[in-house]
Amino acid sequence: MFEYLELSELRNLLDTKQISSVELTKYFLHRIKSLDEKYNSFVTVTEDVALAQAAQADEFLASPGENPALCGIPYAAKDLFCTKGVRTTASSKILDNYVPPYDATVITKLKEQKSVLLGKTNLDQFAHGSSTETSAYGPSKNPWDTSRIPGGSSGGSTAALAAGLCPWALATETGGSIRLPASLCGVSGWKPTYGRVSRYGCIAMASSLDSMGAVAYSVKDLIILANVLSGQDPKDSTTGHKTANFTVNSDIKGLRIGIPREYFIEGMEAGVKAKIEEAIKEMEKLGAVIKEVSVPHTRYGSLVYAIVCPAEIASNLSRYDGIRYGLSSKEAKSLYEVYAKTRDAGFGDEAKRRILTGTYVLSAGYYDAYYKRAQKIRRLLVNEFEEVFKEVDVLAAPSSPNVAVAIGEAASNPLFGYIADQLNIPSSLAGLPAVSVPCGFAAPSDGGSTHMPVGLQFMGPQWGEQAVFNAGLAYQSVTDWHKQRPKA
Amino acid sequence: MDEVKDGYKPVIGLEIHVQLKTKSKMFGPAPMGEAEEANVNIDEIVTGEPGVLPVVNKEAVRLGVMAGLALNCTIPEFSKFDRKHYFYPDLPKGYQISQYDEPIAQKGYVNVTMPDGRIKRVGITRAHLEEDAGKNVHPEGLPYSLVDYNRAGAPLLEIVTDPDLETAEEARLFLEELQRIVRYVGASDADMEKGSMRCEPNISVRKPGEEGLPKYKVEVKNINSFRFAEAAINYEIPRQIEILEQGGMPKQVTMGWNEKESVTVEQRSKEEANDYRYFPDPDLPVLQFTPEYLDDLRSRMPELPAAKRVRFAEEYGLKPADIDTLINSKTLTYYFEDVVSELREWQTSDDAAKKLDIQKLISKAANWCLQDFSAALNSANLKDPYESRVSPENFAELIVMIENGTISGSAAKTVFKVMFEKGGEPDNIMQDLGLAQVSDEGAIEAIIDQVLAENAKAVADYKAGAEKSFGFLVGQTMKALKGQGNPGKVNELLRKKLL
Amino acid sequence: MLTLDEVKKLGSLARIELSSEELEQMQKDLSAILDYVEELKSVDVSGLEVLSQVTGLVNVQRQDEPKLCDFRDDIFANAPEMKDGYYKVKAIL
Ligand SMILES: [Mg+2]
Ligand SMILES: [Zn+2]
Repeated sequence: MFEYLELSELRNLLDTKQISSVELTKYFLHRIKSLDEKYNSFVTVTEDVALAQAAQADEFLASPGENPALCGIPYAAKDLFCTKGVRTTASSKILDNYVPPYDATVITKLKEQKSVLLGKTNLDQFAHGSSTETSAYGPSKNPWDTSRIPGGSSGGSTAALAAGLCPWALATETGGSIRLPASLCGVSGWKPTYGRVSRYGCIAMASSLDSMGAVAYSVKDLIILANVLSGQDPKDSTTGHKTANFTVNSDIKGLRIGIPREYFIEGMEAGVKAKIEEAIKEMEKLGAVIKEVSVPHTRYGSLVYAIVCPAEIASNLSRYDGIRYGLSSKEAKSLYEVYAKTRDAGFGDEAKRRILTGTYVLSAGYYDAYYKRAQKIRRLLVNEFEEVFKEVDVLAAPSSPNVAVAIGEAASNPLFGYIADQLNIPSSLAGLPAVSVPCGFAAPSDGGSTHMPVGLQFMGPQWGEQAVFNAGLAYQSVTDWHKQRPKA
Repeated sequence: MDEVKDGYKPVIGLEIHVQLKTKSKMFGPAPMGEAEEANVNIDEIVTGEPGVLPVVNKEAVRLGVMAGLALNCTIPEFSKFDRKHYFYPDLPKGYQISQYDEPIAQKGYVNVTMPDGRIKRVGITRAHLEEDAGKNVHPEGLPYSLVDYNRAGAPLLEIVTDPDLETAEEARLFLEELQRIVRYVGASDADMEKGSMRCEPNISVRKPGEEGLPKYKVEVKNINSFRFAEAAINYEIPRQIEILEQGGMPKQVTMGWNEKESVTVEQRSKEEANDYRYFPDPDLPVLQFTPEYLDDLRSRMPELPAAKRVRFAEEYGLKPADIDTLINSKTLTYYFEDVVSELREWQTSDDAAKKLDIQKLISKAANWCLQDFSAALNSANLKDPYESRVSPENFAELIVMIENGTISGSAAKTVFKVMFEKGGEPDNIMQDLGLAQVSDEGAIEAIIDQVLAENAKAVADYKAGAEKSFGFLVGQTMKALKGQGNPGKVNELLRKKLL
Repeated sequence: MLTLDEVKKLGSLARIELSSEELEQMQKDLSAILDYVEELKSVDVSGLEVLSQVTGLVNVQRQDEPKLCDFRDDIFANAPEMKDGYYKVKAIL
C-alpha cells in the first residue's frame, strides 16, 4: 500500500493528514518483520527509536508552518553511520556490541528534518566488498532473485529498498558501493562529489575516497535527499564550501554526453551492453549530443585502488584494539595478545586481507614502489577526467559490466571487488559525482532464468551533480525501468 | 664533569617536545588544562571513536609557526600532516597525527651564550606539529596498567636539533635558552616538571681521529628536568667511551633515565624494528603559509632573549649575571623597562631627582626587581608582575626616594612590603609609618646645635684629637632625630660645625 | 610471491594473530593482489605529483574554542574494562 511510493507522494500523504508518521512507520516496521527474513537486509531494526521519532514528527506535522522535506518519512541507514544510543556494527564482529556515544553529521541532519530511522542495514564488513557476503551477519539477498547478491557494499540498503522495506536509505561509496548495488537491485543511487556530504560519524573505510550518499526510487527523490544531506561541515575538514540547491530540470537539449570507450570492456555481458546502448539512443532522442570519448588509463583505476584503498583501511582499522570499545579478547595473556587475538577474532577474512595488503604497501622499502606510485597514477586519472570534461558535460556508462551473480561466487576470488567495480573506481578515485539509474533487465551469463536489473550511470565533473541529476531525470522522464518491482 | 677522555668527542642532538599553549586540543574541541581525575578532558575525537575526524586548531598552528620563526627556521609555503602508526594503549587511533616530510619549520638555529661570553650556534633541523598521546600508569606489583587520555590529543611542537652539542652544559644552556624563546613567543609554558616541555637527548661519541657522525646513537627518554638532562648526558658519555676504548660499539638503543639511581637503563628493546608506515593523512587538507600570514606573525614577534641580552647590556649597563636572571621572565623585563621610563620621567619633572645619577637609579631598579620584587612575586605565587599591586610608577618613586635619601634602605623594604600587600604610593606609606628620613639641613643643624651645647666635654675631647668622640656625637644626634636622620647629612653637617 | 615469513611479519606489525592455515591463505591472496597491481610498474609516472586528496582545499582550521564533552559516560560505557576512571589494560611491559 505505502511501499514503493516516492518521497513527494509520501510528503503529500503526510501533509494532507491522510496518514500519520506513526502509521507509516508501523507499516514499514511490519513489512520488515514479516519479509526481511528473506532478504537479510537489516542488521538492527530500531522499532522503539522509530516509533518515538514518528510520534515527534506527528507532533511537528500537527503544528502550523511548513514541514521539512523528510519530516515524518521513514528511512534506513547503512550500519556504517554512527547513531547515538543505537548499536552500530559496520557488519563486523569487532563492533558487534558497539553503541556510539554520538551521531554522524548526516544523522543529525535527518533528526533535524524529523525523519524516522527504521533500522541499520547490512553491508560488507567495514564496507570491504561488493556483494555483502563479507558481512559478519550473513549476506543480504537480491529481491529480484534471492539466490543472487544484491551487490555491495551498500547491498543491505539497496535490497531493503528494492523489497519495499523503506522509502529510501543512506548508503556510502568508496569505489562503487552505491552504484553497483543500486544497479544490481534496480534502484537509483547517488554517489556525491567527494566532500559534498560530511563523512563525520560514518565509520571510515578509505578516507580519501569515502562519499556518503543515498539510494531511492527515482532521481527526483535523490535530488530531494541531496539538498538535505549536502553541505560543508565544520567537523569534516574535507567538505567543500559549495552550497547545494539542486533543481529538478529534465531538459537535456544540447547536453554533451560522452561515451568513454574504455568502459565497454571485454567480458561485459551482452545483455548489459545492449541495454546501455538502448539507453544512450534514448538520451540522443531527448536532444543530448552523444560523443565517443576516451579516458585511456581507466583500466589502471582498479589497480591503483587495490593499493590506496587497503593502505587507508589498514590505518583506519588500527583503532580497533580491544581497549576502549568493541570486542576485547578474553583469552589474551599479555598486552600483545589483547591486540593480536582481538583483531584476529574481530575481523573477517576480507578485512584481514586488506589490512595486511595495506600494511605491506606502506611499510619501509615498499612505500615508494606501491603507495607513492599508485598516488601518482591517481593524479594521471584525475588529469584525464579533467581533460574529458572539457569536451563533454557528463559521461554515460554501465554501472557494472554484468548483472547480479550468484551468492558464493565472490567469496572464492580475492580480486572480486576490484573487478566488479572497475567501472566505478576511476571516478571514485577522482572524487567525481555520479548517479546510477535502472535501464532494463538482462539475462545473467551464468544461465540463470531470471532477468536481472541493469544499471546505467552518469558521471560528472567535480561538484557537477546538477548535470548528472538532469541526465538521470531526463532518462526517467521517458522510461519506467525505475518503476519496475520484484515479485513479492 | 665535562672532562672528556683525550681525543673522544661527544656528539649530542636533542629532541624536544613542547606543549603548545592552547585552550583546546590539536584536532578537536576537548579542553586543555590540568584535570584532577583521569579521562576528563576527553571527547569522541580524543578516544578515537569510529567515524570521528580531526580538524586543525588554528591557534596551535600559529604558535608553532611563531616558535619556528623565533628559532630562525624557514617556514615552507606548504606543510602537511601524516599518520605515524604504532600500537600502544595510550595512542587511541593506533596512529599519531604528526608531520613527516613537510614539517612547518625547517633549518634554523639558536645562538646560545656560554658562561665565558662565547656564542655557540646550535642548528635546528626541524620543528613539527603533532598530537600528544595519553598517559599509562603502572600500579606497582599489579598485573595491569591504567590509561588516562587527558593529555591525548594535546598540541605539541617537536623540535629537533642538529647534533651540534658537545657537553652536558651546552645542552642545558641550549634547553634554557629554548625554554625562554618559546615562553617569549607565548608558544608554551615549557615547564619540564609539569611535562609541558620534554627532552630526549641523542648521544654518541666520536672516536679519536674519526670524521663524520658515529654509526650509532643512544636515545635517552624519561627526563623531566634540566638537571637530569645534564646528568644523563654526563652518565652516558663515559659509559660509551669505555665501550669504545675496548674496541666495541655501543648498541643503538633507547635508554631511560632512572632518577633514583642516577643511571641510564636500557629499555626493553623491541623485537621488531619500528616501521611507522607514515603516509599523508587524508582527513586533513594541507597548510599553506602565505607571505602575508608570515609577515603578520613577524610583526607580532616580541624581542627575543638573545637580542634583549645585548640591548640590556648596552642600554642599561647591567651586569651579565643580572641580565641572565632578568630575561628569564619576559614580563619582568617589560616591567623593569617600564620602571626605567618612569625613572626618566621623574628626572625630567622633579628638581631633586635631576641631580641623581640615572645609571645608579637603573641599577638599583634592576636589583629591586631581581630581589625584593621577585621574592614577593614568588611567595604570592604571581607569575605576572603586572598583576601585583605595585605599579611601575610607584616602584620608580620608591627607587628615587632611596637614592635621594628620603628613606633609608631598610625602611624602604618595610614600605615596599606594604606597597606589595596593600598597594599605595610610597611617600604616603612612609609618612603613615613615620619612616621619613630627615634630610632637611636646617632641621638637622638645629638638633646638632642642641647636642653640641649639651655635650661640651665630648666636643672638647674631639677637638683634642679623640676621633671616638665624633661617633658619640653622631649617635646623640641620630638619637635626637629618632633614628630618621639622613646619616650622610648628619656626618657632613657635624664635621662642619666642629671645624 | 610473498614468503610465509613476510606474511607473518605483516601480521605482527598489524597486530593480527594468524593461524597457520590463515597464513597460507593470506600468502596466496596477497600474492595474487600484488600480481594484479604489478602492471602499474610499467606506467610512466615521471613528472607526476602524488595525489593524496582530491578536494584542493587548504588551511581548513577551527578556532581554538574548548568544549566540554557532556556524554563521557556514554563513551566509557563501551569500555571492556575500567578502574577508577582509567581504562584498564594488561600490564604494559
Ligand atoms: Mg621522536
Ligand atoms: Zn614527537
